[in-house]
Amino acid sequence: METIRIKVDGREIEVPRYMPNWEGKLVPTTMLQACQLAGVEIPHYCYHPKLPVAGNCRMCLVEYGTPVIGPDKKPVLDGNGKPIIQKSVLPYEPQTPRGAIACATPISPGMEIYPSSPATKQMREAVLEFLLLNHPLDCPICDQAGECQLQEYSLEHGQAASRFVETKVHKPKQIELGPRIIFDAERCILCSRCIRFTQSIARDDALGIMNRGSFNTITVYPGKKFDNNYTLNTVDICPVGALTSKDFRFQMRVWFLKESPSICASCGTGCNILVGSRQNRIFRFVPRQNDAVNSCWMCDTGRLNYKWVGRPDRLARLRAPNSSTTPPSWRDVLDELAGRLSQIPAGATAIIASARQTNEELFLLRKLADKLQAITESVERKGEPDFLLVSADRNPNSVGARLTGICGIPMGGKLPRIADGIRSGAIQALLVFGEDPTRHGINAELLGQLKLLVASDILPNATTNMAHYLLPGCAHLEKRGSFVNVKGRWQKFMPAVTPPGDARPEWEFLNELVGKITGQPPATDFEALFKQMSEAVPEFRGLTWDELGETGVNVNF
Amino acid sequence: MAMPTEYRMILKNVDKPGYTPDIACYLKHGGYATLQKALRLQPATGQDGKQLDGPEQLRREVMVSGLRGRGGAGFPCGLKWSFVDHRAGKNIYLICNADESEPGTFKDKQIIYKDPHQLLEGIIIAAYANGVKLAFIYIRGEFVQGAAILNRAIKEAREHGFLGNNILGTNYSLDIIVHRGAGAYICGEETGLIESLEGKRPYPRIKPPYFPAVLGLYGCPTIVNNVETLCAVKHIIEMGGTKYAQLGTTNNTGTRIVSISGHVRRPGYYEIEVGKVTLGELIFDPNFGGGLSNGLPLKAVIPGGTSSKIFRAGEKFKITRKNLDGTVTVQEYDLLDLPYDFDTMAAAGSMSGSGAIIVLDESANMVEVAANIAEFYAHESCGQCTPCREGSLWLAKALRRLEAGRTRPDDADYLLSIARNIQGRTICAFGEACAWPIMSIVTKFKDEFTPRPQSQPVHAKSV
Repeated sequence: METIRIKVDGREIEVPRYMPNWEGKLVPTTMLQACQLAGVEIPHYCYHPKLPVAGNCRMCLVEYGTPVIGPDKKPVLDGNGKPIIQKSVLPYEPQTPRGAIACATPISPGMEIYPSSPATKQMREAVLEFLLLNHPLDCPICDQAGECQLQEYSLEHGQAASRFVETKVHKPKQIELGPRIIFDAERCILCSRCIRFTQSIARDDALGIMNRGSFNTITVYPGKKFDNNYTLNTVDICPVGALTSKDFRFQMRVWFLKESPSICASCGTGCNILVGSRQNRIFRFVPRQNDAVNSCWMCDTGRLNYKWVGRPDRLARLRAPNSSTTPPSWRDVLDELAGRLSQIPAGATAIIASARQTNEELFLLRKLADKLQAITESVERKGEPDFLLVSADRNPNSVGARLTGICGIPMGGKLPRIADGIRSGAIQALLVFGEDPTRHGINAELLGQLKLLVASDILPNATTNMAHYLLPGCAHLEKRGSFVNVKGRWQKFMPAVTPPGDARPEWEFLNELVGKITGQPPATDFEALFKQMSEAVPEFRGLTWDELGETGVNVNF
Repeated sequence: MAMPTEYRMILKNVDKPGYTPDIACYLKHGGYATLQKALRLQPATGQDGKQLDGPEQLRREVMVSGLRGRGGAGFPCGLKWSFVDHRAGKNIYLICNADESEPGTFKDKQIIYKDPHQLLEGIIIAAYANGVKLAFIYIRGEFVQGAAILNRAIKEAREHGFLGNNILGTNYSLDIIVHRGAGAYICGEETGLIESLEGKRPYPRIKPPYFPAVLGLYGCPTIVNNVETLCAVKHIIEMGGTKYAQLGTTNNTGTRIVSISGHVRRPGYYEIEVGKVTLGELIFDPNFGGGLSNGLPLKAVIPGGTSSKIFRAGEKFKITRKNLDGTVTVQEYDLLDLPYDFDTMAAAGSMSGSGAIIVLDESANMVEVAANIAEFYAHESCGQCTPCREGSLWLAKALRRLEAGRTRPDDADYLLSIARNIQGRTICAFGEACAWPIMSIVTKFKDEFTPRPQSQPVHAKSV
C-alpha cells in the first residue's frame, strides 16, 4: 500500500495515499481521514462518510502548510535539514492564514495540518457563531438535545455568549415533509445531508432547497411527499433537530435511552440496529453501522416494526393440560412435556419451526427432532424486494434454518407431508414454534386430530389457542441469539428489554427440554450452547459467541 | 501631454450611426473574415520547432497576447485554455459567461445588444481553437432582448454557414445554445453557472475537485470565458498575439471596456488601452467621466464593481512593480494618478474586477453606501456555505441598524470582524465579494461608523 508521511499537530504520521470515498472507491486520502487516523477528530456537519462530499458547512476548515518545493522538485531544506513549510495564506492578505476544508482537500507528501492551532480554532468559532445566529436555541423542547452536534460543538469549539444584536430570521416550523418526518426550518443548518442522502442513496429527488442566502429552506418538491421507505434515515443523519421522526418526537429524552445492539428482524437483510429503550419499553430503532450489511441505513418499515413487542395481548402465561401446580411452573411443565413426548412413537412427531427463530433455538429443535426422528419444516415469507436494503425474504433467518437442518429448499416444501401424516394418523404430535400452521395448509380440524399439540409463540393465533401446551417465548429483542442473513452474514444480537410474565427465551427452555429427552446434560450457559452449535454445524466453523463480534462474520453456504 | 482618449477596438462599430446588429451590417464591416482566416490555418512549425495544427496555433496566439479575463478575476486566458485536457476523450465545452451582474457593470450588454456577431465570431474561433463542438452563451435572465438578439444572430450565422455542420466547407462543426439565467448574481461564478446550466441550483462547486477545465459541464472539460474576453480573442487572431500584446501595458495587455457610473457628468462605457489611462483621467477627463456632476469634491472611488475594495479620495499608494528584467520598482502614487489596469489596482489593495468604476462625491453617506452594497450581497448569496449565507445577511442587518442611527461604539469592529470571518472561508469568491466592500468602507471611513450624538442605544432584541 502506498503511503504518505504528513504531520498532524506536529506529530508525524504515515497514512495511506488512497482511501475509500463514500462509494467505497479508492481516492486520494483527505485531510479529515488522515487526521482521523492520527486520532484527531475534525469537527464537521455536512461531511458524512457515506454521502457525497458537499463542503458547505465550513466547520472542518483547518490551517495547514505544505513544503516549499525547489526547482529540483524536492522540498527545500532549512539550516537544520528540515523542509521549509509554507503555511497556506490568503493570496491577497499574506498575514492571514487560509483554511482548507478537511473533508474535501487531499493530503500531499510533507503536508502539515494544524487542527489545534489558534487560527483553526478561530475559524471553527466563527462558523459556529454564524450557525447559531438564526438558530432558535430551543434545546429545552428539541428532540435532538443530547445527541445534537450543534450543542456538542458549541460546547467544545464555540463561544459562550452571542454578539448578535440584530433580529433573527424566522422560517417555517413543524412542517410535515412526509408521513413520518417533521421539519423545523429554523433549526436547520442547511448542511444538505438529507438532500444528498435522499438523492444519492434513496434515489428520490423529493428534497431540495428553495429561496436564497440566509432564507434558504429545505423543502419537498412541489406536489410531492417525502415518502420513500428510507425517509427516517434523514432524521439520523440530521446533525441538528431540524428533521424529527413523527414516531419518536416528544416521546423520550435521548439521554434516558438504554442502547442495545441488535438486528432488525423484518427481512432477511438483518440491518444492524441499536434499540433505544427505557424502563422496559422500546422507543426507537436506529441503524448501527455495518458496511457488510446495511452501511449506516435501514428502511422505515423495519425501523417502525417494534410496537408489537409491547402489545397487551402478548402470550405471557404457561399453559399445560394437567399441571400439578397452579399456576404451572416451567420445571413441572417441561418434565411433563418431556414425558409426553417420549411416549410418542419414534417418527410420529413433527416440528414446525420458524425462520424467525435464532440459530441456537433451531439447533436445539434439530437435536430434539433427531432424537424423536421427527420431520421438521419451516414457513416461507416473501415480499417485494427493493434496490437498497429490503430483501424479498421476509424471514430474518432462512439461511440459519437451512444450515441447522430445519428445512430444505424450497422452504415449506414438507408442510403437505406433515398435513398428510396428521390426516393418516402417522403423525401424532406436533411442535409449533413461532408459526400458525392453520394458515399454511394444516387447518384447525387437522390440528384437532393430534394427540399432542405444543405451541410456543409471542402473540396469540389459532394454533396457540388450540395448543395443549403453550410455552410463551420471546421477541428477539428480549433475548440473545444469532441470525444468518440472506447473504450469509452471521450476526448476533443482545436483549434490549425483558419478556412479560412467564415468557422465557426459547433457547433456555429448549435447552432444558432437550436435555430431559435426550438424557444428555444441557449446555451450562448460552455461550456453551452456542459453541455446541457452531461445532455441530460445519458452516459455523466452531466459532465462539465472542468471535462473532459486533458486526458478525460471513459464512459460506 | 496628449489628452487620454478611448481606444475603440471591440466597441469600434457599436455606436456608429447606422450600425445594426444584423449579419449583413457585420459582414459589410469585415465580419467573419477572421473566422475564415482561423479555420484555414495550415499546420505550421512553431518557434520551438514543434509541429502545430491550426487550433494549436490559435491557442498559442492567445497565450502570446497576454489576454487576461475581462469578467472580474483577470486570469490569463491562454493559461486557462492550456488546462483543458484534450486527451481525456471527453467532449470539451465552451461557455460564454454573459451573466453580467456585478453592480456598476454594463459593458457586455453593449456588445450583446449592438454587435452580437462580433461575440459569435469570437466564440466560434475560441471553440475551434479548443476543439469544442458545442458552446453555450449563459445570459443573465434580465437580458430578455439580448437573448432574442443573440438567437437571431445565431440563426443568421447558421444560414451563412458560420455555424452548424461543416462551417465554411471545413470539417469543423459547432453549435451555440443560448441559455437564459433566472436572475441570480451567483450564476456569474463559473461553477455556479455550470450547475445552473445543468438545470440545478447554482451552488458553486468545491475546488478541488471541480475545476471546470477538468470537471466542468456534465463532468467534461469546460472553458468559461467572459463576453468581452471572447471578443478580444477575435481581435487577437485578427492582428496576431504579439501585436495585441503591444496594446496596453506589460502584463496588462490589450484594451478593456470600463463602465463609469456614479457622481460623474458623463457616465458610460469607455474602451481604453489597459493601463494607459489613470483613474483620475477616467473620472475627470472630458473624454471620459467629465468630472463630478454635483460640483462637490470627490469622496471615494469603487474601482472594479461593488465587490472591489473602495478607495478614499486623497489616498496615496506605494506601488511595487516587477519589471520584465526582474528588477523591482517602488513608486508612490496619488489615487487619481493610478493607471487603470489589473496589477496596479491589485497593488493598491483593490482590483479592477469587471471594470466598473463607481464614483462617489461628498454627498455620499458611507453607511448608506455600505448598507446598500451589503443588502445586495445578502440578497444574492446563494446560501450554500455557512459564512457567506449567515454573514452576508448579518452585515446587511447591522448596517441597516446603523443607517437608522442606532450605532453602538464598537460597531466598526463588529462589522469588520463579521466580514473577516467571511473572507477566505467560503466555497467561492462571493465571500470576498460581500466582505471586501464592507471591510474597506468601514476601515477607510471609520468615523461614519461610530455613534453620533443623536444615536439611539441598541438593545439586543428578544426573538
